Amino acid sequence: MRRTALPPDALDATDRAILNALQDGFPLAPHPFAEAGKALGIGEEELIARIRNLREGGAITRFGPFFDAEAMGGAFCLCAMAVPAAHFDAVVTLVNAHPEVAHNYERAHRLNMWFVLATGRPEGIERVARKIEAETGLSVLRFPKLKEFFVGFRVKA
Amino acid sequence: MTIDATDRRLINATQGGLPLTPEPYAEIAGWLGLGEAEVIDRLKAMQDRGVIRRIALAPNHYALGVTANGMSVWDVADDRAEALGTRVGALDYVSHSYLRPRALPDWPYNLFAMIHGHDKREVEAKRREIAAILGDACRASDILYSTRILKKTGLRLTEGS
Repeated sequence: MRRTALPPDALDATDRAILNALQDGFPLAPHPFAEAGKALGIGEEELIARIRNLREGGAITRFGPFFDAEAMGGAFCLCAMAVPAAHFDAVVTLVNAHPEVAHNYERAHRLNMWFVLATGRPEGIERVARKIEAETGLSVLRFPKLKEFFVGFRVKA
Repeated sequence: MTIDATDRRLINATQGGLPLTPEPYAEIAGWLGLGEAEVIDRLKAMQDRGVIRRIALAPNHYALGVTANGMSVWDVADDRAEALGTRVGALDYVSHSYLRPRALPDWPYNLFAMIHGHDKREVEAKRREIAAILGDACRASDILYSTRILKKTGLRLTEGS
């Protein structure tokens, strides 16, 4: 995924209107592009072509259904470790070797390694966390979510 | 929240995204040997049950210049955390917001909110806005900036995982 800004002239006003409007939703109807295009003042074919261009240009990360992974039966847990600098690279290798580690970030803090465990069943979280503790000799702090607030994030294009 | 085998096939067929054709649901129906109406009805039912949060386009916020982010963390009084967390989660510059257990004594924070901005200065300004929203319900806070991505794999559920 592109992690740098596009040049300012990469998107025109219609592209920006598409990015702004379709963040909020896309119709579940036989001709959804025609329907969404009507509100934007463009035709079905133009909307499809522009979304394709935006995607190829790296302006879109995803277009389609957003699933609640937990609702599909997965279990997730944010974990953190305080890893001594001298062992950091070795611990990265041990942690990342587990396929259940979905992503892992180094952060500027005493707790300097933050990763998400994703397992098919809830009991898998404890099993993998204990295994990482045994392999590294370090504590794995578990921060399972108690409550998720999910509404807001919007980017103005 | 139950998903049957057909829903599961529909999830697998669409987790990479919708096809860019005039009739995307009919196209998916063709792949799976279903009718278009059934695909639309099943997607709608999953949306109503919360399995699908929304069907939408996600802009790449990095491409749009929103390249800075920080994980802000807050120690919020338990009896006010849920109401205040709801307000923080609704902010358009916060992408993920959760209540999590504290890990005392190392970690006093229970509210997590990922803040996005065009640069670190903007992220810090948003952090002050959140501090103002939390007011005296917040006893301590911190923000953790990522310095390196050590691993990044999408959360893609496959059959039986």
